[in-house]
Amino acid sequence: MIQDFNISSEIQAILESVMDPEIPVLNVVDLGVIRDVEVKGKEITIKLTPTYSGCPAMDVIGDDLERAFAAYGYTTVVQLIMSPPWTTDWITTRGRAALEKYGIAAPLDETADKDVLLNDKKLVKCTHCGSQNTKLVSQFGSTACKAMFQCDDCLEPFDYFKCLK
Amino acid sequence: MNPIKELNPTFLQSQENKTHLVNYLLGVADNYLILGQRLGELCGHGPNLEPDIALTNISLDLLGQVRSFYQYIAQIKGDKSTEDDIAFLRKERDYKNVLLVEQPNTDFGYVIVRQFFFDVYNKLFLNSLQQSADETLRALAFKGIKEASYHERFSGDWFKRLGDGTAESKERVQQAVNDLWIYTDELFHTTEADNAMIAAGVAPDMLQLREYYYEKVEELLSTATLQIPEVEYFQKGGKQGIHSEHMGRILAEMQYMQRTYPDSKW
Repeated sequence: MIQDFNISSEIQAILESVMDPEIPVLNVVDLGVIRDVEVKGKEITIKLTPTYSGCPAMDVIGDDLERAFAAYGYTTVVQLIMSPPWTTDWITTRGRAALEKYGIAAPLDETADKDVLLNDKKLVKCTHCGSQNTKLVSQFGSTACKAMFQCDDCLEPFDYFKCLK
Repeated sequence: MNPIKELNPTFLQSQENKTHLVNYLLGVADNYLILGQRLGELCGHGPNLEPDIALTNISLDLLGQVRSFYQYIAQIKGDKSTEDDIAFLRKERDYKNVLLVEQPNTDFGYVIVRQFFFDVYNKLFLNSLQQSADETLRALAFKGIKEASYHERFSGDWFKRLGDGTAESKERVQQAVNDLWIYTDELFHTTEADNAMIAAGVAPDMLQLREYYYEKVEELLSTATLQIPEVEYFQKGGKQGIHSEHMGRILAEMQYMQRTYPDSKW
């Protein structure tokens, strides 16, 4: 579900033009890291929450937001908030679809996630051929949010966005 | 579970409380910094690709967590110091991390054992810190525990795999256990600042969890078919700023850029 910040469609559109630098098909609203937006005239305060503590994308996202709004004459204050902590549940349906299309399997629910990461159950769908005959290659992937998988049918590797709750 | 006691708003108006809180937080945060740095040394040197990526991912989580702690320390101090000053511009004696986290990456067995000994502690710690009277610390604990659980899963898994693996992996991981065991007790030592923060409800009393910690570690040692070492005494000192010889080398590598080009930025 897309969160309603009670803002104009112009502001919403500018927010949605800012992409996660590591997953450039996912905008920051769909990623669920924007927690609150307050508009006072041409001044905007955005509350941003990190996905993972050390995620280097956070600083970049803050800068990108400032730049995107500056182009429309807004000044932006980005505040990093820690509580409540981000969860993959905050990725929107549209965001999940964008991930899948990009080749990253969207996070399963918590129980299924544990099953695939710990018990080698075959639940993650291959983003190339759709087969569930897939296996975990590594719990950690190219970024903090992903694990590496391989499909045993089409043999292609792919990323899985880990469930975080 | 006890109800959370909120910190009295005047608590930080006392200079003494402020100093104790800063020192307490350094004792927590420096563990993340030094372990993060140690794991960072392995970037590109893991035994194969997956553990290499995993260890640097864990390093990144720890360094991310330490940033939040140092930012909070800088805020409490209220002077001009920044997270970077705290990370890079202190002298060896001013770092309050335990000796365990500064031990070298002797081999993959040592890396995993050091990590596992720390992860079990860290998960217990962050779990208890969620009940802190300090709101910021509660938020950091909620955030950190998700990552810490994932780390423990990784190190615990390899611990079992190496222990119950080949004759050589077993021998080498047992050696690492024997060598690193003497550093585990220090995790539960408290300083004057720690005690003050425990009394104020800011810090969890980890001594109460010591027995549970050893039960958990010993349970996994037995699953991994490893022996529990018998030691005469435990090592300590890091929490007082008295470190092993490895610490100076870590700092030399870590601080050299900031010392050579003061205030340089990316």
